[in-house]
Amino acid sequence: MAKITLQDLRHSYTDKPTADDDWALKQLDVEWKDGGAYALLGPSGCGKTTLLNIISGLLTPSHGKVLFGEDDVTHLPPDQRHIAQVFQFPVIYDTMTVYDNLAFPLRNRGVDESRVKQRVTEIAEMTELTPMLNRRASGLTADGKQKISLGRGLVREDVNVIMFDEPLTVIDPHLKSQLRSKLKELHQRVNTTMIYVTHDQTEALTFADQVVVMNFGQVVQIGTPEDLFERPQHTFVGNFIGSPGMNILPCDVDGQNVVVGGVKVEVANKGFVKGDTRKQEIGLRPEFIHFGDQGIPVSVERVSDAGRFKIVETRFQNHTIKLLIDDGENVPADNAHLTFTEDRTYVYGDGWLMEGGQAS
Amino acid sequence: MNKTINQKAWFFVLPVIALVAFNAIIPLMTVVNYSVQETFGDNTFFWAGVIWFEDILHSERFHDSLMRQLTFTFTILLIEIPLGVIIALAMPRKGFWVPVCLILMSLPLLIPWNVVGAMWNIFALPDIGMLGRMINSLGIDYNFTRQIGDAWFTLILMDVWHWTSLVVLLAYAGLVSIPDAYYQAAKIDGAGSWAIFRFIQLPKMKRVLTIAVLLRFMDSFNIYTEPFVLTGGGPGNSTTLLSIDLVKIALGQFDLGPAAAMSLIYFLVILLLSWVFYTLMMRDEEQ
Repeated sequence: MAKITLQDLRHSYTDKPTADDDWALKQLDVEWKDGGAYALLGPSGCGKTTLLNIISGLLTPSHGKVLFGEDDVTHLPPDQRHIAQVFQFPVIYDTMTVYDNLAFPLRNRGVDESRVKQRVTEIAEMTELTPMLNRRASGLTADGKQKISLGRGLVREDVNVIMFDEPLTVIDPHLKSQLRSKLKELHQRVNTTMIYVTHDQTEALTFADQVVVMNFGQVVQIGTPEDLFERPQHTFVGNFIGSPGMNILPCDVDGQNVVVGGVKVEVANKGFVKGDTRKQEIGLRPEFIHFGDQGIPVSVERVSDAGRFKIVETRFQNHTIKLLIDDGENVPADNAHLTFTEDRTYVYGDGWLMEGGQAS
Repeated sequence: MNKTINQKAWFFVLPVIALVAFNAIIPLMTVVNYSVQETFGDNTFFWAGVIWFEDILHSERFHDSLMRQLTFTFTILLIEIPLGVIIALAMPRKGFWVPVCLILMSLPLLIPWNVVGAMWNIFALPDIGMLGRMINSLGIDYNFTRQIGDAWFTLILMDVWHWTSLVVLLAYAGLVSIPDAYYQAAKIDGAGSWAIFRFIQLPKMKRVLTIAVLLRFMDSFNIYTEPFVLTGGGPGNSTTLLSIDLVKIALGQFDLGPAAAMSLIYFLVILLLSWVFYTLMMRDEEQ
């Protein structure tokens, strides 16, 4: 068990990367604390799986180091890193029984049979596989097979980290949440670091204590689900997390004043706002906008009922602004104005939150 | 749920039944017809019951060629299946050499059977053939036209050369269809290369290998052209396999009744052995 540090990591699948796009991973410095539950969230092709394979040792990074505790494991093969990985499609050894599947990683390492039995029994109990131990693994359903994959990771006692590469892709929807809470529960029991890769925000936010959001081969933000929601570091995070996503509106910065379509707006990060050459935008979530008597004049375009609340689409000049209102609340017929919650409104420059010491 | 029973569906099957009838059932029935009749020429036939079947089943000549056939088939299966798997494992999985290897592997399969026979016949001739001369120059007395052992050696070598490729291609197809995740998981689980072969590659190749065994079994059991061109069944009758013997009886001696009875027995042996192979190899599949 150890913390995992990624130092100055970069990776390219081409031999001589030149253009920016040649890098699958651009520049990463991340530290994963021992025993943490992390989610790696991002759209397809953002470099999540590449990063995962670098940590597990299936890939060697073109540049930078991977440290487990204080040891440099950058060039160690996967079986010497003490890691476990659960893949998108369940990997089981078809011809073996469930018991033999779980015992496989231990037997390969020469653990004696009485200890194997003890561990397998224990893990089977944890993963609810006990009734199936003597069945052939190929006969199980997809969720059963995923449990075997997970069990093979848990059965070893020296595992530093268990990684999940979109493990619920092939699971039936009604079993997904069940398996997800099982995972969460297992994490609390075994206290091993877990890294969960997904492009599904619900999976990421419910599983993880810390969510690492990636896009275009770089980490955009690391934070708790609340951080990501309340203070997105990048407009991408604002848009990707939350439904509907953050409203992004172009704005002009004049000294310390932020002006959107001729209307002055108060923002939370005004101390850091600078008028410069970057593309200036404000971002705020639909949850933090309300109808009011004054503010931004809009026309209501569409109202969709989402059960406990309504999503209102309004039009301000040629921009769309979405807001959420309670189910009982009335939508003004005409002459509607929007007020923004000041401490949840942020100014972004070239997509990045304007603040002191920003990462860009 | 109630299933609707609709006998009209049979009409849709009719074209297939007609086709199968024309290309399999009707020709087979003429053989059945010959097998239970006796003729003295002049296109007149008499009912003979099952005497031809009894004759064939008790004939030493048939027993001998059946034994030769079984020896030949099992020998080439024992060589070609493991060899094919080994070559497939050694072939590259990606890159420039993949198409090169695949084409090289397919070449023997593209050569017409009688050309293969003729090629090997000349190749192995002890006085002018390259292989024959080479072996003799090593001090080994080799002559496949005179010595039984040499004839068998050449015959098996020819079949291995001609058909191992088929096993290679099938096994290779099975191998490349294994997702990378299996190899990655095995690496993480600390599996060695034997364990990877035993628990991942072999189980995943099982279906294609079953097909390979069945195809090689049936083809080699029916083999005619290549041994006929290479050795003509000789020296003596030492390489007279079932089909060569059958043709001798049917067209050489023109004994239509015994030949027809032998064909049917021949067919049933293949059917039975194929079933045994299939059942044995697929035995674990259910559960």
